[in-house]
Amino acid sequence: MDALDGNAIAGLLVDVFGDEMTAATGVCASCGASGPVAELEVYLQAPGTVVRCRSCSAVLMVLVTARGVTCVDLQGLAKLAR
Amino acid sequence: MTQPYRAPCDLIVEPLGPGTVSLAPGPRAYENGRVSPISRGFRGRGRRPDADPGRIPPGQYATDDFPVLSAGPTPHTPLEQWSFTIRGAVDEPVSWSWDEFRRLPSETVTRDIHCVTKWSKLDTTWTGVSIDTLLEDVETSAEYVLAFCDGGYTTNLPLEDVTGGGAWVAYEYDGEPLEPEHGGPARLLVPHLYFWKSAKWVRGLELREDDEPGFWETYGYHDYGDPWKEQRYAGD
Amino acid sequence: MERAALRGRLTWQLASVVELVDETPRVRSLVLDPPEWRGHLAGQHVDVRLTAEDGYQAQRSYSIASAPEDGYLVLTVERLADGEVSPYLVDELRPGDELELRGPVGGYFVWEASDGGPLLLIAGGSGVVPFRAMLRHRAAAGSSVPARLLYSSRSLDEVIYRDELESLGADVRLTLTREQPPGWTGYGRRIDEELLAEVAWPPEQCPLVFVCGPTTFVEVAANALVSLGHEPGRIKTERFGATGGR
Repeated sequence: MDALDGNAIAGLLVDVFGDEMTAATGVCASCGASGPVAELEVYLQAPGTVVRCRSCSAVLMVLVTARGVTCVDLQGLAKLAR
Repeated sequence: MTQPYRAPCDLIVEPLGPGTVSLAPGPRAYENGRVSPISRGFRGRGRRPDADPGRIPPGQYATDDFPVLSAGPTPHTPLEQWSFTIRGAVDEPVSWSWDEFRRLPSETVTRDIHCVTKWSKLDTTWTGVSIDTLLEDVETSAEYVLAFCDGGYTTNLPLEDVTGGGAWVAYEYDGEPLEPEHGGPARLLVPHLYFWKSAKWVRGLELREDDEPGFWETYGYHDYGDPWKEQRYAGD
Repeated sequence: MERAALRGRLTWQLASVVELVDETPRVRSLVLDPPEWRGHLAGQHVDVRLTAEDGYQAQRSYSIASAPEDGYLVLTVERLADGEVSPYLVDELRPGDELELRGPVGGYFVWEASDGGPLLLIAGGSGVVPFRAMLRHRAAAGSSVPARLLYSSRSLDEVIYRDELESLGADVRLTLTREQPPGWTGYGRRIDEELLAEVAWPPEQCPLVFVCGPTTFVEVAANALVSLGHEPGRIKTERFGATGGR
């Protein structure tokens, strides 16, 4: 299955961060690659949304919506800044 | 029309320690408690409104499709590099090459499957090796297993749920070799639990004394995942 | 509008369907009138949500095809053979229906006249949709930024906005990858490094590049541009597929 990119979760990221995040810069904690959230690999068709590093495929963010609340785990990111 | 939205540039998150979690209200019915109106004529793709309701767990919808779900890129491990391993709380790990694995006695079973994303698919037919066969000569005090996979995916299950004829490592679907997008060359099949437990691209089972959460379980999904009790999320 | 009303809130609303425009046999534009619209930037999306009678819901994200200056919100949707939402939007939706949506969203894959250029747009199939918004915005804003669109389509019949694109004042280059009409003088092959070297401004002119299309198309085009010497930071990409939308 082809991955999409961070543009596809612009709305979901507003839900979680309360703000536009696709233009933010993420830094991969595994390989150090840095780039806009919009350019990250995104897997939508899953029990949650999985965002991976385009360089090393490491999991950067996982978003799960349970009972109307979305939790985001950012442990794969060394930095997220805008 | 009004002016375009301009976000203020004031958010910096650094550094992000392990397990940083933020909570936010998720997509919900909109303002004032109203629920989404019905989209005239929309039924959803491949849906089976005529399915026997007694076979559809609560909150599920029957489909004729076989949606492809994936948390990452599809691995393409060459069969000559493939192996299946039982490790962890065992005296000696046991491993089978693809050829050895295919020579093990196989079973063909027809079961209903239920994905936590709310689709259920009835009467799916699989061929593979029963976990009972794989554990035949294994002595263990373990009570849990953690299935591990190409691509790094894991999922946890009680040992008793994958034994006693309840689970298989399947390599054929509907009489054909299992396609990579559906987990081929081989996936776990544990049809009585939500389908995220039926790990795609499975490469082995780690026998454990404790219940170590797998990938989705770490992110809030239920450790057991019984669709008939609607155990989707931790605490259900 | 006050900032408090803008930040952190993305609410669903019901937009009425004003008109439906057939663009190609597989593509339709939805002209919508959302009750509360705070404006948008060219390149942004909306999330669309459908609800079945039994409560089942499906949600996708679609690029906005209209310029910020246009009077209505327009989405252009391609019917995907294995799609769930797009066949409904293309075949089932009628004028007078209401469509649940929220937005606009996205702040990366956007272009405003003040961002400058030269503006190089590279579209695969319905990846042309956000570029219609950008080129309409460019025209409405009276921008003199040079703009060039390289648009890859399977055949001439499948070219979306065919007549309109010619009238927007941009340099439009079509490549038809499967079928070319008799006497076709445009390109007739898939986008690759050689074709991009011909069409793109040289890297020294630092064009601002947007690439939109199916995942594989975007990878090929973006990698070729980088290999031609274009600055990766000036190449913005957007991928779509059956689960994402458009």
